[in-house]
Amino acid sequence: MAMEKRVRFRSWWLPYALIAPQMAVTLVFFFWPAGQALYQSLFIENAFGGDLQFVGLDNFRELFNDVHYLASFKVTALFSAAVAGLGLAISLLLAVFADRAVRGAAVYKTLLIWPYAVAPAIAAVLWMFLLNPTLGIVSWWLTRAGIEWNYVLNGGQAMLLIITAAVWKQVSYNFLFFLAGLQSIPKSLLEAAAIDGAGPARRFATIVFPLLSPTTFFLLVVNVTYAFIETFAIVDAATSGGPGQATEILVYKLYKDGFKGLDLGGSAAQSVVMIVILVTLTVVQFRYIERKVQY
Amino acid sequence: MIENRPLLTFVSHLLLVLGVAIVAFPVYVTFIASTHTAEEVLAAPMSMLPGGHMVENYIAVLTHGAGEATAAVGRMMVNSLVSALVIAVGKIAISLLSAFAIVYFRFPLRTLAFWMIFVTLMLPVEVRILPTYKVVSDLGMLDTYAGLTVPLIASATATFLFRQFFLTIPEELAEAARIDGAGPMRFFWDVVVPLSRPNIAALFVILFIYGWNQYLWPLLVTTREEMYTTVIGIKRMIAGGGDAATDWNLVMATAMLAMLPPVAVVILTQKWFVKGLVDSEK
Repeated sequence: MAMEKRVRFRSWWLPYALIAPQMAVTLVFFFWPAGQALYQSLFIENAFGGDLQFVGLDNFRELFNDVHYLASFKVTALFSAAVAGLGLAISLLLAVFADRAVRGAAVYKTLLIWPYAVAPAIAAVLWMFLLNPTLGIVSWWLTRAGIEWNYVLNGGQAMLLIITAAVWKQVSYNFLFFLAGLQSIPKSLLEAAAIDGAGPARRFATIVFPLLSPTTFFLLVVNVTYAFIETFAIVDAATSGGPGQATEILVYKLYKDGFKGLDLGGSAAQSVVMIVILVTLTVVQFRYIERKVQY
Repeated sequence: MIENRPLLTFVSHLLLVLGVAIVAFPVYVTFIASTHTAEEVLAAPMSMLPGGHMVENYIAVLTHGAGEATAAVGRMMVNSLVSALVIAVGKIAISLLSAFAIVYFRFPLRTLAFWMIFVTLMLPVEVRILPTYKVVSDLGMLDTYAGLTVPLIASATATFLFRQFFLTIPEELAEAARIDGAGPMRFFWDVVVPLSRPNIAALFVILFIYGWNQYLWPLLVTTREEMYTTVIGIKRMIAGGGDAATDWNLVMATAMLAMLPPVAVVILTQKWFVKGLVDSEK
């Protein structure tokens, strides 16, 4: 596909007018605040408010010496790995079976994709209700099975709650991409392998999974980004980062320290760290998209 | 079907049915809870069959909200609808225009504009909460529809999608338009927009859901109850941590109402939705 048009229109002002609304929103609500965050990350606010004092990289030094911040990194790593790992594994399993069920595939697709439309915060509320220590139906089953369940007090269980809600919401998205990937694998390849005596498991391991790897990798990046950013709503609605700091992922800590704790310099430094992480993820994602043509 | 393996086919259907059931279970329980009285919901375990209070619960939340601290959910749904529509239409409109400028004109700063739009992908509101809030507050946009929507309507994804699509529009069309003496805006309205209709429809579904489901942004910019969106309303209803004092039957009725519009849109426009999702990520 051509990357440039041969035929163009000529006007010295029209293109600027066309692009102006997008640029205005981008500059006012994206670049200006992000610039502010960068700038403020180098300052601290005086105890009495108002005056800013330049401190160089002190905010960053403090951040990376802060046990709470480092703990939040650990929580985020665990959470993201669990959300991405479980989310991909479950949706791949469902997609592989849906792809097999030739006639049923469309029906299963309809029945599995709708959680995409559920807001993360609502997903959190649904699972909170099921797992509520006093009135949740699932908690009641767990208690009968001899498991002491109280996510309000138990950090590990709170983590399980937000992972469950996050994965539940994301499976439909992953499922759609895996199913599309599976349906684009040439059937002749699989037939040839079957004739040569490869069973379904062998075919999956040696043909299907390798051919799916671009989709898997793309989804991995998307899911990690989702776990980093969009799950804010799940954490805020379900656990508020607690108990203690057990579910305080980075983006939630940034919100808490900045918006609730009003720590200007420290939260600006956290913003900068988050932006660096996102830039890395985006670069990885776009580099992969360029290479995808190999397959 | 490559080969006939009845056992494997049976197992795959079994697993899929199980998967569908697990995915649907939380919503089923939510629906059941929304048809009981508050006391019936508190009885552990709650009955798994629908109760007889569905209509009154839904009327109660739609007109009065739940608890003392919340506005009518009917009002919140109007707020959600207005935000979702403005965000979807706004994102599509400004992205169509900027993609048209980038593809059909050559102008200084074109590459810079393109990269600036690209960079917004890496600056979600979650990572620039405090300064963005300050901008919106300085502009007097707190508790307004403009504050709920305008800061969200820049869209790198939509711009890229339209750009990709415009690049596939045959050159002959623009050439013919030029020969016929049609100006760029005439070409835009009469050729580009009609040709983009399938893409616009697909994007609209995705962006409507995106707008309806916003959380952090409305949480920051709304303080007055009558400006809450439905998703925020629920959060406020369970602000006490969701203890026994929460009217769970009403909260769950609100949750059903919050899910209904976006889920209905996805199911009714499944084809557009899947196309929009897969295309916008390419």
